[in-house]
Amino acid sequence: MNVIELEHATFNVGNRNVLADISLTIKPGEFVGVLGPNGAGKTTLMRAILGLLPPAAGDIRVFGRAARRGNPAIGYLAQVRTMLPDLRVRGIDFIASSLHGERWGVPSLREADRRKIGTMLAEVGARELAERPLSDMSGGERQRLLLAQALLGEPRLILLDEPLISLDYHYQEAVIDLVRRFARDRNITVLFSAHELNQLIGALDRVLYLGNGHAALGTVEEVVTAPVLSRLYGTEIDVVRADGHVFVLSRGRDVERTDHLHDHGHDHDHHHHA
Amino acid sequence: MTTVTTTIITTMLDYDFMRNAFVAAGIAAVVSGLVGYFLVLRGQSFAGHALSHIGFAGATGAVLIGVAPIWGLVAFTVAAGIIMGVLGERLSGRDVAIGVVLALALGFGLLFLHYYTAFAAQATALLFGNVLAVDHGMIWTLLGLAAVTLAALAVIMRPLVFASLQPELAEAKGVPLRFISIAFLTVVALAVSQSVQVVGILLVFSLMVGPPATAQQLVTGLWSGLILSAGLAVAEAWLGIAVAYYTDWPVSFCIAVLSALGYFLSRTGWLAGRTAPHLRPGT
Repeated sequence: MNVIELEHATFNVGNRNVLADISLTIKPGEFVGVLGPNGAGKTTLMRAILGLLPPAAGDIRVFGRAARRGNPAIGYLAQVRTMLPDLRVRGIDFIASSLHGERWGVPSLREADRRKIGTMLAEVGARELAERPLSDMSGGERQRLLLAQALLGEPRLILLDEPLISLDYHYQEAVIDLVRRFARDRNITVLFSAHELNQLIGALDRVLYLGNGHAALGTVEEVVTAPVLSRLYGTEIDVVRADGHVFVLSRGRDVERTDHLHDHGHDHDHHHHA
Repeated sequence: MTTVTTTIITTMLDYDFMRNAFVAAGIAAVVSGLVGYFLVLRGQSFAGHALSHIGFAGATGAVLIGVAPIWGLVAFTVAAGIIMGVLGERLSGRDVAIGVVLALALGFGLLFLHYYTAFAAQATALLFGNVLAVDHGMIWTLLGLAAVTLAALAVIMRPLVFASLQPELAEAKGVPLRFISIAFLTVVALAVSQSVQVVGILLVFSLMVGPPATAQQLVTGLWSGLILSAGLAVAEAWLGIAVAYYTDWPVSFCIAVLSALGYFLSRTGWLAGRTAPHLRPGT
């Protein structure tokens, strides 16, 4: 059974058409890197898979059924993190809120859940965050907390929306390795959106490039080519391969790096107050 | 020392109105401390302020048509809470619109008072509270309202915590964000109505925001925060009444001072004997 199937699916956000007539299938255990310029629809696609955005046309199926909200088989790390900068809640309570958080009644933290959270935090190298309040954490520490949370609860599909933001370079590598290993051991499907392809090249099975309303899914050799990317970016794109790396250039400028720098400025505005 | 203290407390509790005041303040403080914890967690403390102002028109309007002010308060604040919850996102950031509506509500309150003869006493009691005038009937009313408020809070608490901390994920996991928001503001409206009986419309922050904000500075666990918040609210309310009894200062003033004192002490770290994180170098 395919994990994700899109058949001629079209998605609009407000009045804007973000993705038009997309058809693709993603199989169990695949690690798919999701790339594309800002606003290309990476977040939109993930929200659609979560059942938060019904298609304007066409079909989207997850594990063989129409995408629906509240699917417990999906782990999710959201990109828009409206975390109040002075949230005086410790890490373990923050993560615990997501465990069966949709149920009514008074929350309780069972010993088994406490252990699971502790194990997962240790897995991402952030055991000490359990007792620290979010207001004392750096952007990178919050990111680890969210990653641990996304991996909890035995998901069969993990959607990670820009999980590398706010992390320093070495830790970015560690996160990619961790997710790769974690997913492979359990045959979990991963959609991992990022700004830079080169970091992901060693980990991903296929790459999904989004741009201009279109999508291209395939191996790096198939997708990251001048004709395919020129169509997606809507401008003349050159692809330069050197030493195992791939550089996507528009009029001599590195497209991804420019996006990435832009995002860092953004990030600085939102996450570094604490 | 102990005997002196005991004597002082016994004399104070000799009076029926003092016993009523302690009971009423205790009920309202527990509710305010618990509900206020989530108000502060969600960054919605301004909503509590807005609801109490809107309640002023309700309370004075009720007096005008011969109904007890608390029912006017409950009706207006609950209606306003539901409307604010329904408008949700569209309201956030509209501080000018909210400010204008608040001024309008206070204006209407004044108009209703204008037609009511016992003008000044009623206005002062509503605006600044009059816990020393609470009777047995009001205590039963407060108990009933408190039971409803806390029961409703208990039902929505789990998804409320989730939706407050991580709305995006909560939405993806199937939490009805809009409903939770409306239900919570209704709970806040009921809590405000009770809090107003003790500290008045203008000082609801002293019970609903001061203690929870102080608790969140001191502890970072969910349950420990809730319990400390309710405990602080009760302690500040009771101590405020006791101080008022011996100084003849207004009760609401004493509670407001204790609430502010607790908050600022916790911010500077004196209460916990540690340096507050935001004052620590390098953060």
